[in-house]
Amino acid sequence: MIATPEVLIVGGGPAGLAAARETVGAGCDTVVLDDALEPGGQLVKQTHKFFGSEMEYAGVRGIKIPEILLREVSDSPKLKILLRTTASGYYEDGVVTAIFQDKKVLKFKPKKLIIATGAQEKTILFPNNDMPGVYGAGAVQTLMNVYGVAPGTRGLMIGAGNIGLIVSYQLRQAGIAVAAVVEALDRIGGYWVHASKIARLKIPILTRHTIIEALGEENVTGAIIAQIDDNWLPIPGTEREIECDFICLAVGLSPLSDLFRLAECEMVFVPEFGGDVPLRDTNMETSTKGIYVAGDVGGIEEASSAIIEGALAGISTAFSLGKNIPDYERRNRELRDELVSLRSGPVGEHIRSGIAKCRISAKTEVG
Amino acid sequence: MASQIERTGVPTKEQIESTLPGDERRAKGPYAVIECWQEIPCDPCVASCPFGYIAPMKNINDLPKLDQESCTGCGNCIALCPGLAIFIIDETFGGEDEAMIRIPHEFAPLPEKEDIVRALDREGNYVADAEVVRVQKGKSGCTVLHLLIPKKFILDIRAVEPLPMR
Ligand SMILES: Cc1cc2nc3c(=O)[nH]c(=O)nc-3n(C[C@H](O)[C@H](O)[C@H](O)COP(=O)(O)OP(=O)(O)OC[C@H]3O[C@@H](n4cnc5c(N)ncnc54)[C@H](O)[C@@H]3O)c2cc1C
Repeated sequence: MIATPEVLIVGGGPAGLAAARETVGAGCDTVVLDDALEPGGQLVKQTHKFFGSEMEYAGVRGIKIPEILLREVSDSPKLKILLRTTASGYYEDGVVTAIFQDKKVLKFKPKKLIIATGAQEKTILFPNNDMPGVYGAGAVQTLMNVYGVAPGTRGLMIGAGNIGLIVSYQLRQAGIAVAAVVEALDRIGGYWVHASKIARLKIPILTRHTIIEALGEENVTGAIIAQIDDNWLPIPGTEREIECDFICLAVGLSPLSDLFRLAECEMVFVPEFGGDVPLRDTNMETSTKGIYVAGDVGGIEEASSAIIEGALAGISTAFSLGKNIPDYERRNRELRDELVSLRSGPVGEHIRSGIAKCRISAKTEVG
Repeated sequence: MASQIERTGVPTKEQIESTLPGDERRAKGPYAVIECWQEIPCDPCVASCPFGYIAPMKNINDLPKLDQESCTGCGNCIALCPGLAIFIIDETFGGEDEAMIRIPHEFAPLPEKEDIVRALDREGNYVADAEVVRVQKGKSGCTVLHLLIPKKFILDIRAVEPLPMR
C-alpha cells in the first residue's frame, strides 16, 4: 500500500520539525520520517546553551528545543512521526521508500516532499585512523550526552571549529580530560567565546598543528602531532607524542544530500557548504517541483537558520497546497529577512558566498 | 597573522581593561562586564536584561552594548549568555582589599556556600583561593557562583577549578 500524505518530511531535526510545525499548523496531513530513536536530530545531544537568535530559542539548551518546536502541534491528528525509519529511495513516479524499524518497507507518494536530512561528519586520513578509539565528535557527544557512556579517560580533539570546542568543553564537564585541541588553521574556526571557555579549563588549543598518526596496537594509546607550515605540511622535528586513549575528529560536516540526487534535483558542489547541495529558490523549493530543502542538508550552518529555513519551506509548501495561511506574504518576507540578518555578520561571510552559488536563477523562480 | 584571541581564545590586557566602567561607577556597587569580542549571530543577552540596559541590536551580529552606568548588577544576564561571557563585579563588597565576582559555572559537583575554592584566570591558571558566598541555581541550568576574592584580582579571576567528580 502506498501512503499519500499531503506532506512528507524526511528528517526530524530542527529543520524538519520547524517545517512540520508550519505544515501541520496550516492543516496539511504531514508525515515525518526520522532514523533516530527520538526526534530532534543533532539537538538531542546538545546539552549546552544554544547560540543564535533569541527568537529561535538561543540561550535554551539544545536538548529542550525539539519539545518546544513540537509543543504547538504534538496533539494534532494531522501529524505522524515515524521514528527509526530511514528514507531509502526516491523513484521517478514520486514514490519515497523507507525502512520502518528494520521490519518493513513503507512507500509514500506525498503531494510535497521536504528533505531535511542534515549532515554527516567528515574524516581525515592518517595511519591508524580506523583503530578503535578514533571517533567522530558526534559519536563522542552521543555516547556521553545521550547514553551516559564515557568514550575514554583522556582525549585528543582534532579541529577547533565550534563542534571541536563545544565537545571538548562537554568532555570536561563529564570529567574526562582533554589533552589538547589541534587545529590546522592559524586561528580558531569556532566562536571565540567557546574557545575562552576551554582556555579557562587549561585545555591548550594548538593552531597550525595536525595529527600525524594514532598510536596503539588494538586501541588508541596515544597520538603523534606536529606543527605544519604554510603548505599544511608537517615541519620535521616538531613531532611530539600526546598521551590519550581516544581521538575525536571534529573536522567538518558534509550534507546528506543523496535523496535530492535520486530525485534528479539540480546539484552543485559548494565548498563553503561541505559538499553537494541542491539548487533552491528563495522559498526553499529545489529545481524539481514540489521538493523542498531545509537545514544543514542544504548547506552546513546552524540550528537557528535550520529552524527558519524549515519554517520557510513549511509555509511555502502549505501555501502551494492551497492552504489558507494568514499573512502569508508578510511571514514569508519576515523569515527571509531573519535569514539575511543572521548571515549578515563577518562570520556569515562563507554562508553568503555559499548561498550565492546555489540560488536558482530568477528566471526559473518565476516558472 | 591571527591575533591573540583568534589563536587562543584569551583576550589581551587592553581588551579586558576596556570592559570596566569609570571609577565613579565602580565605587557605586555591582556592575556587569561583557567579554564578547566577536560579531556572531547571537542575541539572548538583550532579552536577559530585565531593565533593557543591553541595547536592542540593529543586527543580530552586533556586539552587545550595555549601559554600565545604569546597570543594577542584578546578574540575570550571567546564566543566559550562551558564551558564558558575562560577569558581575562588586568592588564595594567585603573588606577594603576584597571584592565580589559572580561567574557562570557548569560543573558538577557544585561547591557549597562557605567553601573555599581555587579561582582561575582566563588561561586556567590558579590565581587565589576564593570563598563561595552564594550558589545561585538558575532555571537555565547554569549556576552562578558568588565569590569573595582579593580585590586586586577582579580583572583576572574568571573561573573556578571544577571539583573532582564523586
Ligand atoms: C556539537 C555541536 C554543537 C552545535 N551547537 C550549535 C549552537 O550552539 N547553535 C546552533 O544554532 N547550532 C549548533 N549546532 C548546529 C546544529 O545542531 C545543526 O545546524 C542543526 O541541528 C541542523 O539541523 P537539521 O534539521 O538541518 O539537521 P539535523 O539536526 O542533523 O537533523 C537531521 C535528521 O535527519 C535524520 N535523517 C538523515 N537522513 C535520514 C534518512 N534517510 N531517513 C530518515 N531520517 C534521516 C537524522 O537522523 C537527523 O535526525 C551544533 C552542532 C553540533 C554538532
